Amino acid sequence: MKGALRNIIYNCKQATFLIEKRIAGKITAAETLQLHIHLAGCSVCKIYQQQSILINKVFTGIENTDFKLDEAFKKTLIVKIKKEINKN
Amino acid sequence: MQNEADMEYTAKRIHSDPLSWVEKYADYLYGFAMSRIRDEDVAKDLVQDTFLAGLQQLDSFEGNSKEKTWLTAILRNKIADFYRKRSAISLRDLKVIGAEGELKDFFDAESGHWTEKDYPRAFGLEEYNPLIVKELGNILDGCLAKLPGLWCSVFSMKHMDDLASEQICAELKLTPANFWVIMHRTKLNLRACLQKNWN
Repeated sequence: MKGALRNIIYNCKQATFLIEKRIAGKITAAETLQLHIHLAGCSVCKIYQQQSILINKVFTGIENTDFKLDEAFKKTLIVKIKKEINKN
Repeated sequence: MQNEADMEYTAKRIHSDPLSWVEKYADYLYGFAMSRIRDEDVAKDLVQDTFLAGLQQLDSFEGNSKEKTWLTAILRNKIADFYRKRSAISLRDLKVIGAEGELKDFFDAESGHWTEKDYPRAFGLEEYNPLIVKELGNILDGCLAKLPGLWCSVFSMKHMDDLASEQICAELKLTPANFWVIMHRTKLNLRACLQKNWN
């Protein structure tokens, strides 16, 4: 077996790195094969992969509307805008 | 009878009415900034800067795009400036992180295998369920706040704005190697933080 393949089998650090690279970009055919072999034998990294995808979905699923400005700050904003208009 | 300044202001109002901005857009713009920056004070400052910059640029707004789109574009630029500033500061620290000290928290230094205490364990909700997204989102917010600012910027630019890796590297002056190390560490840390706080 080639060195690269042998090294990946137990290397979860490299496997999780490739998982991230695959999710957010692309990996080479050789890396795809390495990752495939690793995941076939590593249930821990399989859980990691599922959860990594879940985290991305949760992150992008947080809606803008979940954040609201307090009324006091809005009032100061309006005052500042009025002041700026009157300046011009 | 209107004076000249009032007339000029009225003319601008045909396209845009700044006095209604806060009511119409403040929450939206704040949410836009918060979902990317996760810092209330910074997000508030950016919303305020956006409105003030909008007033300055009112002459160039011709109503070709919607007011909301136009203000969002201004905010987007402000966020990009903020990212760049934060990146310049954090890059000095990156050399220290480059020693990979933090990754030893997750993996055996020799074999690269997970250290047993850091094993990812099932959350019991690996299938995507919109009902728990909100609760999980709250925990994730807290976890994101603990990350270095640069990591947070990189993660937001990639996932919220869907930018190409090359573009993020160019904007933040990162090498591709740095970029992927940050993406990897960000996810490792977020996942561990979620696991700790969820169960």
